[in-house]
Amino acid sequence: MDQSKRNTLALNAAKARLLAVQMVHDAASGHPGGSLSCLDVLTTLYFDVMNVDVNDPRKADRDRFVMSKGHCSPALYPVLALKGFFPVEELKMFRRVDGHMSGHVEMKHVKGVDMSTGSLGQGISVAVGMALAGKVKKQDYRVYAILGDGEIDEGQCWEAFMSAAKYKLDNLCACIDVNGLQIDGHTWEVMPTEPLDKKLEAFGWHVIKIDGHDYDAIDAAYAEAAATKGQPTMILAQTVKGKGVSFMENDAGWHGKAPNDEQFAQAKAELEAIIKELEG
Amino acid sequence: MGEKIATRAAYGNALVELADKYPELVVFDADLAGATMTKGFAKAYPDRFFDMGIAEANMTGVAAGMSTCGFKPFINTFAMFAAGRSWEQVRNSICYPSLNVKVVGSHGGLSVGEDGATHQCIEDFAIMRAIPGMTVLCPCDGNEMRLATEALLNYEGPAYMRLGRLAVETVTDTIPGYKFELGKGVTLVDGTDVTIIAVGMNVQMALKAAELLKAEGISARVIDMHTIKPLDTELVLKAAQETGAIVTTEEANVLGGLGSAVCEYLSEVCPVPVIRHGVNDEFGRSGKAPLVLEAYGITAEGIAACAKKAAALKK
Repeated sequence: MDQSKRNTLALNAAKARLLAVQMVHDAASGHPGGSLSCLDVLTTLYFDVMNVDVNDPRKADRDRFVMSKGHCSPALYPVLALKGFFPVEELKMFRRVDGHMSGHVEMKHVKGVDMSTGSLGQGISVAVGMALAGKVKKQDYRVYAILGDGEIDEGQCWEAFMSAAKYKLDNLCACIDVNGLQIDGHTWEVMPTEPLDKKLEAFGWHVIKIDGHDYDAIDAAYAEAAATKGQPTMILAQTVKGKGVSFMENDAGWHGKAPNDEQFAQAKAELEAIIKELEG
Repeated sequence: MGEKIATRAAYGNALVELADKYPELVVFDADLAGATMTKGFAKAYPDRFFDMGIAEANMTGVAAGMSTCGFKPFINTFAMFAAGRSWEQVRNSICYPSLNVKVVGSHGGLSVGEDGATHQCIEDFAIMRAIPGMTVLCPCDGNEMRLATEALLNYEGPAYMRLGRLAVETVTDTIPGYKFELGKGVTLVDGTDVTIIAVGMNVQMALKAAELLKAEGISARVIDMHTIKPLDTELVLKAAQETGAIVTTEEANVLGGLGSAVCEYLSEVCPVPVIRHGVNDEFGRSGKAPLVLEAYGITAEGIAACAKKAAALKK
């Protein structure tokens, strides 16, 4: 990946992070931690990998994305806004009773959203269905999903993994945002799920482990997934929960908590510094 | 009155019959295709049939995903698992985004028989009805089931349909002017003293109950209320006004199903005595289906007794 592309992705991700923290602050509620951790993967998807049309969000042959960890609306909504599906101004409607931007990811009112999610474990099944539809219709769109590493405690995820392998859904590429934390603490304490690579391979998936904040690695992983035939691909993205805001990093306490005014000012200053640097 | 066929068998036949006319129809099952009768479709249209294994939650979500791509998925398993195991998936992945998935629960009610309480779903009407935007229906015979299946193919949105295990007499084919419309009940027999509002195979029992009552000089109206939600309130109100007493009958818990729907409505617009006939908030048990039904009073005689009680409560 050339430097300018890498720079563009980093800039969009930083802008999305600032919008994410702003939304959660303004709404005085929401989920910053897991939103910040998955934003480099998500930004790469929408700005580099996926074939979508902001002027025709429901285009039949578009690539699809499911945010299976649906509480990460503060990641998806800003990326969709920056991509151009709707004005950034609309993010002010997040979690407001008079607004249309529901707390968890919602498809009926937010342009560019392919599936409503929020109840963990369900989105990945839907992504399997979208990929299966592509196979039945013989269309060559691809389907992407992001899951949380806490989310995969849900048995339904593993049902979905089995079915994706059964139907050889090589048009499906999911990503587990392995930030190592869930609400009650470390994932290894709450419910041990490792070794994820071995488990997923045993479930019939092609598995790629990457640093989820390295754009080159993310890009290469999606290219490898696209070239993988006969089985679905899972990207295990090692990430930092709360990435980009110093005091939120690696702290489960920021899973579903809003920053106060002072904390927001600090987060804003940190992210604006990154944006300024990238804008050179 | 005609042939005897289980509604699950009529449904299975309908899927095959309608498959060419509705190319968007795809069918899912959870390792019960022989029992839910989707096996015929599976054989005839293998590219449009998906056996998801014993994993109902995932099946529900996969169908939701397919529906976003223009398909009309029908998902199939026993009522216990379609409505029970996957209730929250049905709510959040299908109904909340108003997706076009039909949830079909076979082997509803006590008439599952020998398999017993774990498989006798009596709560499906209540829990499916409680989800905003959900249509809930349970056709009474093979003729009605065929028409209902096609109506669902032409209805855009989520719906739950219960099928029965037992062969039941076809009764709707000889009703003059009978036509099937989602959300519209059908008056099968007119009457003036009391109205029996029935759903599923209780419709046939209600017809027999009306005969028993007639012999005692009581004129009972019989309504086939195949769609529990949205309820045909116009027909219910008319029955309340004209006959002054109602019996509802269903092979389900009396809490939350057809009886509740009728009571909820009438209590606000035209309070008349309503007796809810069904399973009285208890689990089923194993046994030959007719004997189990008898043990719980789900019989024509049981309905007739309730009708007399309702009529006696009239002011």
